[in-house]
Amino acid sequence: MKKMQKKIYMAAGYNTISMGTGRKEFNPKKERPGLEYYITEAGRGTLAQINGAVNVDESVIGNFMASRFNNQGHLAGFIPMIDEGLKFKPSIRVEAACASGGMALITGIKNVLAGADTVLTIGVEVQNTMKAIYGADVLAGAGWYKKRKEGHAYFFPDQFGKRAGAYFDKYGKDYTRKGLSRWYANAIENARLCPTAQEYHNTNPDPESTCFKMEPNGKSFVDYLNVLDCSKVSDAASAIAILSETGLIKCGIDRKDAVEVVGFATSERNITLEPSDLTVMETIKDAAHKALANAGVSIHDLATIETHDCFTIAGILSVEALGFAKPGEGADFVFKGNTARNGLIPINTTGGLIGWGHPTGGTGVHQAVTIWEQLTGRTGEAQIEISEKKPYGLSINMGGDDVSVVTIVYKKEL
Amino acid sequence: MTYDERMQKVSVLGAAGKMGSGILLLTAVEMCNLSLKPENRGKSFVLYAIDISEEGLNGLMKYLKVQIRRIAEKKMVWLREVYAHRADLIENGQIIEEYIFDVMNLVRPITAIEAAFNSNLIFEAIAENQDFKVKIFKKIDQNNQGKPWIFTNTSSIPISVLNKEAGLDGRILGFHFYNPPAVQHLVELITIKENTRQMKEFAIAYAKSLKKVVVPSNDFAGFIGNGHFMRDALHCIAEAENLMKEFSFAESIYIINKISQDYLVRPMGIFQLIDYVGIDVVRFILAVMNPYNPSENLHSPLLDSLFDLNVKGGQNSDGSQKDGLLKYEKGKPVAVFDLQKRDYISISEFSAKCDEYLGALPEKWQPWKSVNFSKNKEELLKAYFAAIKGMDTVGAQLAKVCHNRSAQIGKQLVNSGVANSDEDVNTVLLTGFYHAYGPINNYLQ
Repeated sequence: MKKMQKKIYMAAGYNTISMGTGRKEFNPKKERPGLEYYITEAGRGTLAQINGAVNVDESVIGNFMASRFNNQGHLAGFIPMIDEGLKFKPSIRVEAACASGGMALITGIKNVLAGADTVLTIGVEVQNTMKAIYGADVLAGAGWYKKRKEGHAYFFPDQFGKRAGAYFDKYGKDYTRKGLSRWYANAIENARLCPTAQEYHNTNPDPESTCFKMEPNGKSFVDYLNVLDCSKVSDAASAIAILSETGLIKCGIDRKDAVEVVGFATSERNITLEPSDLTVMETIKDAAHKALANAGVSIHDLATIETHDCFTIAGILSVEALGFAKPGEGADFVFKGNTARNGLIPINTTGGLIGWGHPTGGTGVHQAVTIWEQLTGRTGEAQIEISEKKPYGLSINMGGDDVSVVTIVYKKEL
Repeated sequence: MTYDERMQKVSVLGAAGKMGSGILLLTAVEMCNLSLKPENRGKSFVLYAIDISEEGLNGLMKYLKVQIRRIAEKKMVWLREVYAHRADLIENGQIIEEYIFDVMNLVRPITAIEAAFNSNLIFEAIAENQDFKVKIFKKIDQNNQGKPWIFTNTSSIPISVLNKEAGLDGRILGFHFYNPPAVQHLVELITIKENTRQMKEFAIAYAKSLKKVVVPSNDFAGFIGNGHFMRDALHCIAEAENLMKEFSFAESIYIINKISQDYLVRPMGIFQLIDYVGIDVVRFILAVMNPYNPSENLHSPLLDSLFDLNVKGGQNSDGSQKDGLLKYEKGKPVAVFDLQKRDYISISEFSAKCDEYLGALPEKWQPWKSVNFSKNKEELLKAYFAAIKGMDTVGAQLAKVCHNRSAQIGKQLVNSGVANSDEDVNTVLLTGFYHAYGPINNYLQ
């Protein structure tokens, strides 16, 4: 994609609560809502804002591993369950590990480019069906299966832990951990402002020092990250409508209540190879700069970013990949508050994956909903100031260890 | 014989019981872990789970499966290393299933005592009956050519008596787990002068491998744990009986249970603890201890009366609490047995009256759960007992009496040579009874 061939918009976003440990109402011993509940709540949340299913031409659902978490494949079949009006309409399920939600958005955008006016796009994952130790096996499916045997019990925390370890070696452990801990604190402080966030009920008065003091312990977890450096196990769904100009009119949506998609990119790295440099997220770098180039904007035009901080180190490395900080300076950039909600570039303003939650296949759509909320002034207590000089938002959704990356640039309608 | 060699052939007597099943679980896991060491591959490790109850053994195997899974889930990092050589085991889930199989595969559930005739090490957790234990030990020792070591879980019978009566030549020691063995960190180790150094070292190595806190106790009936618990219980029973002049039986039990739980900041009240252990078991322990303590009367007619009425407490096979002095719903006391009415009376009928009699708890009070897991436990306890010290409500007075009696019992255990130090007494109460503080303290001084 070089330039958008026609105007594409997103509107009518909806997030369910991100359910899991941290939420007061979460009880792992009691039966909880399943996939159907989350898909329906999110889907209906969006339909209610676009005057019903009659206006939907097609649907896309992004999901990573319902086949193992929920013993359920064939998720496209759940779309007509949301509303009778979706019966016999096209529906497709897409998968790209934790970038499944982002890939659903891209599929929706392409559908609109191909002629559809309104695409209902949903991302969902319900992961609290098993203990984390078994969930780690499922999530390891985002890596290369042939590496699973030699991998760690907690496969992905270890993968990203190795990135953190490499960063420690290059730039210093305490220096890095200060940045990681500030990233964690930003996530918690932002999540406390968002009622659907998994960490909304977190009352720790000093999350930064809690994270810093918690030394990584390889005997019980992984060598270079502690549990607070990791996103949580989440059940949630998000939905948003992707629309053409005609779609906006059909759905009765004012342009001011929508964001324009002004650029996007997807980028793929060979899953069978190790990253060439553990301290660089090369696919994120590639995809982010392609999307920004397509949109014709620079990082300095961005009002906010939703980035894929499945682990705190991924947040630091994203900041460097984007070019806000030079290699090795990302930790300091974050530590100094530049990515906080009142900083130079507010990132993950409702908590991101660590604070809001990480329903793996749903995360990409949640990111789009958050950017849409911020750019249209719908974020409630978590709202940041969006100046007319910087009317853009960027989302970065990653699958696996920097393998599949989806980036989208959004513009506030002025 | 090395540690690993001795652990190749083990038996647990009373394996389906409350204590035996926990001991069996811990021992099976320990033996499996040894068998998984590269140098032990191919060697046979066998653990006989001996019990008279077929039904109990069926339940045991189900219990083992659930518990081994829990244990495996917590040590996944290590298990992946252990099974690294097995190319067929890739996911955590596969490795956990294999580990469960490997542990259960060395357990042989059996009702025949003859299974112990070939064991190097025998854990005993049968009924607290001296004659029965002696009879079983004799039978095994006479038929086992390997001169086995016997680790008895007795909580009250002097080891030297069992040694002499069964003619074991010092091949027995007390290895007293606390209930439930898989959870409680404490082991009281009671050695006798006839024990060899190797036997004592083995016992300590085994306990260390199980990550247990070992407190040595000298060989006096009841040892430290029951030495404190039985006397504490008898004192509380006496306090309740004193109250019965003014209050009904149920009300008196309720009041002292509340004093011993809330006012003394303990995980459960004394009568709930008696129910937890079982009224029948408490009577039995008292009966064992009493002859060895001629200056005291370690006996309770009140417990006899309850026992005669078949009010026994104890636990169901699933670990849930049976009704005893108190009646339970979801593990919480909801009614008290009334000896006169011979029926349970709902606590809600009389609690307000009793609570008013005791007076309000001090503002500084927090329940055991909040205190015990607080980082500021020591400060909380100091502040709480300072408040109690300055109060003259009936509740505070009773709390002071019960607290001081508990401390006195602790001191008595040290002075009479049962425990080697104040610290040992406190460790037993802290780790074996989950108290928030040891009985020997300065809180009220």
